[in-house]
Amino acid sequence: MKPVPARRGRTVIALWLAFILACGIIISRSQFTTDLSAFLPRSPTPAQQLLMEQIRDGLASRLILVGIAGADASARARLSKQIAQRLRADPAFVSVNNGEPVSAGRDRAFLFNHRYLLSPAVTPARFSVDGLHAALSDSIDLLASPAGLLVKSLLPRDPSGEMVQLLDQLNRGTRPQMVDGAWASRDGARALMLMQTRASGSDTDAQQRAMAAIRLAFDTAVSLSPDSLPKGCPLPEAGYPHPNLLPGGEGAMVRSACFDLVMTGPGVFSVTSRDTIKSQVSRLSIISVALIATLLLLVYRSFTALILGFLPVISGALAGIAAVSLGFGAVHGITLGFGTALIGEAVDYSIYLFVQSEQGGADPQDWIKRFWPTIRLGVLTSIFGFASLLLSGFPGLAQLGLYSIAGLIAAATVTRFVLPHLLPANFRIHDVSAIGLVLSRLVQRAAALRWAAAILLLAACVVLVQHRASLWNDKISSLSPVSQADLALDASLRADMGAPDVRYLVVVSGASRESVLQSSEQVSTVLQAQVDQGELAGFESPSRYLPSIATQRARQASLPAPAVLETRLAQAVQGLPVRAQLFAPFLADVAAARSQPLLQASDLEQTSMAMAVDALLIRQDRHWSALLPLTAPEGVSINASRIRAALSATGLPNVLFVDMKTESDRLYSGYLHEVILLSLGGLVAIIGLLLWVFRSPMRVLRIIAPLAAAVITVTAGLAVFGQQLIILHLVGLLLVVAVGSNYALFFDRADCPISPRTLASMLFANLTAVAGFGLLAFSNVSILQAMGVTVAPGVILALIYSAIFARKSHA
Amino acid sequence: MMTPPALIFSLRALPRILVALALLPAIGHAADWDIDQLMRGLAQTRSGRASFVEKKSIAMLDKPVESSGELFYSAPDHLEKRTLKPKAESMTVDAGTLVIERGRQKHRLQLQDYPELAAFIDSIRGTLAGDRKALERNYRLSLDGTAERWTLQLLPLDEKMQAVVKRIRIAGARDAVRSIEITQADGDSSLMLVEKLSTP
Repeated sequence: MKPVPARRGRTVIALWLAFILACGIIISRSQFTTDLSAFLPRSPTPAQQLLMEQIRDGLASRLILVGIAGADASARARLSKQIAQRLRADPAFVSVNNGEPVSAGRDRAFLFNHRYLLSPAVTPARFSVDGLHAALSDSIDLLASPAGLLVKSLLPRDPSGEMVQLLDQLNRGTRPQMVDGAWASRDGARALMLMQTRASGSDTDAQQRAMAAIRLAFDTAVSLSPDSLPKGCPLPEAGYPHPNLLPGGEGAMVRSACFDLVMTGPGVFSVTSRDTIKSQVSRLSIISVALIATLLLLVYRSFTALILGFLPVISGALAGIAAVSLGFGAVHGITLGFGTALIGEAVDYSIYLFVQSEQGGADPQDWIKRFWPTIRLGVLTSIFGFASLLLSGFPGLAQLGLYSIAGLIAAATVTRFVLPHLLPANFRIHDVSAIGLVLSRLVQRAAALRWAAAILLLAACVVLVQHRASLWNDKISSLSPVSQADLALDASLRADMGAPDVRYLVVVSGASRESVLQSSEQVSTVLQAQVDQGELAGFESPSRYLPSIATQRARQASLPAPAVLETRLAQAVQGLPVRAQLFAPFLADVAAARSQPLLQASDLEQTSMAMAVDALLIRQDRHWSALLPLTAPEGVSINASRIRAALSATGLPNVLFVDMKTESDRLYSGYLHEVILLSLGGLVAIIGLLLWVFRSPMRVLRIIAPLAAAVITVTAGLAVFGQQLIILHLVGLLLVVAVGSNYALFFDRADCPISPRTLASMLFANLTAVAGFGLLAFSNVSILQAMGVTVAPGVILALIYSAIFARKSHA
Repeated sequence: MMTPPALIFSLRALPRILVALALLPAIGHAADWDIDQLMRGLAQTRSGRASFVEKKSIAMLDKPVESSGELFYSAPDHLEKRTLKPKAESMTVDAGTLVIERGRQKHRLQLQDYPELAAFIDSIRGTLAGDRKALERNYRLSLDGTAERWTLQLLPLDEKMQAVVKRIRIAGARDAVRSIEITQADGDSSLMLVEKLSTP
């Protein structure tokens, strides 16, 4: 080699190594996430923001639903109690519920001691002579009724029946049935537990630890309770160590076989999807590298060429991850998964270099002169296409865009500037001209297929027109990486718990807890009217458990002074079969309640009502929000406009009726439209670039036509197979255009008829792209699968269409 | 010391005599009448309608409360008590849910939250259904009388329940319940007389 280029080569290689090192350092400090919210849209309005944060961090995100199946009901219940006992001592769990009355005593004491502050029935009228008379005769009737058994002991202290009022209010809603002292599913086949973790649902590591703790408690309980071993269960074989000595050991495994533990919940979903994404990404990248390496080895028949060929790929992948890390602060697992597919495209550049270079150790400078401008243009069109993704409202999509741009630039640059210096003297790969010649002959005849292609294209257009209404999937759930089986399990456990999905909410916001609680009380009055009219089955409100200070004061002020109450009571009992003396404890209690300190949020601690207030009353810095979930009457859906009208009639500001499902679907379809516009923008940018380079609309049309045809055909194919398009299909189509533009540009090269060698290089490049993206089609993460099923057939079609619609060569 | 043979003989005979004595009351009963048979008979009634008159004596109240109305039962777990006098109210139990309606008020209780109330309701429901197993979960049963005039006594097993209910006595003729008498632990009591009505 000549000395000057050699020195330059050393500089280039040194620069490249420094770059790789820098990328390595950035990546080693990077944070990797699998937080699903990266693929949820950024929310535009504060209320929607609040809802999204609720999904991520709210109480609902901290719930884990547990089901225990197997053996008989009493064994399951016993297991449930043992697990609960163990986990209640674990600080990672705020509460562990399985129906055992652990806080029932505290709850009742709290309600009873604060009944005059909590009961909505406490008004001045209730403590008038008439009011007392009515309340007393009511209580006496209740005493004589079958429920009298329960209220008898309360009568002397609570003759107006406030406690009954409160219990009645709190006991609405369905709860799981009890079997042997623990919750059981409706069909009785499962024991049920509901746990609340201390860590938020988006803290995936903490959720994973919580799941592990539940699993350990389950294994321990199973192994430590030999009496719970049901009949028909495989007993440890003779010579086995006693299972009691092996908590979580093999004995437990044998016993665990009799019981089945299932868990679900938002936190569980993030843990399982992280595991899925992790295992998918690592498996996909291993298979994809192996597949492409095998393919290249078959073509090159040279290990040196194989290793050199992967250098741009590795550089590109590292550059992509480093760029995303620098640009976004964290790298999403999906981006990595996508990156494995991009291996298939990045490897193309080195294929072009090796295959297109003249055989026999020709100077790579010749290839650079002849082919680099075309490849550079291909890279540029890809970058223009992906640049549109950078503007996306989905942080995940923007990551994919940045990753692709950085990765492709790095891979192409390394191929162009570094790889030629690394090629050893006498570098040669297996002669592929034979394949090239075959392809050449095929391409010669490809033009004959124009009519067939035109018909296919027409058919595709017809399909698209027919399916135009159902082409897009505008449900946000389509992006969820959670499997259908997991969703079904979640739905069945939820139904067992009697906890339907919260779909309708009234959100009240304000500057202080007090103002939000006051507004909630006014909204509650409106909602109660709707319940009375049968429009709603019920609703929840934080003010039910924690009334506003103003309301508490008003209730306190309704209580008459002791002397007044005594006189009124004496009059009120007239005509009733009771004596006023019986109610001395009532007089004392009311007197105490008049000067009782008002109820604070901290008074709820240690009761099960704390969880409700925690879930329904949210503080963000100086902003407070109350959530009032609504329950629809059975079999009927809520008439949203009616509720909205009733709410707006109150004239309260900052009260929002939210239909979570419509809201999030609308949010998503808004972003779908955004991505459609962005993709079209990308297309326009590519056309603009080509126009600027070629300055010939006809030529640009010839380049774009096969790509458009490929996009139309793939979309029609997806429609025929019943795949509704989600945002990631669109990204896939963008990739088809990006990858396919290389083929179209090669076929379009004006200087010479397309050489057999170029054809061969394109076929190999196509095969690696199909291998890389095709693998994604087998992923069970819907986001990755969508890209796979779009790109793999799309790039094949792009190549074929390019060949068919290529200018007639004169060879 | 020598043991007189006669004494040995009588000691050996003692168990046999004791067994014979123990059998005497059983012989005194109608030999073909026991709880299982009563339960079988009761279980044959799949649904029924009856009128009732109930008198409750409650210490807190100056005079006993009298009420009357109708009872409906359909197997296995639906029980309805519709009081017409002195004030209309109704109590409906369906599986694990108790609904009490009084005027415009409607209380819905989950029986699992009130084990004492649940045990109490199950004593009546279990008897009507002829479900011995369900009854024996909460009560010790004893039967007196004949098929023509029987009295089933239920004594609560659970301590908590004992603190509320002392005893429940259900009397009847053949497979029809005639009266339910409940004595509470604090001395309050109620007696409900039941008259079977023809099913419409």
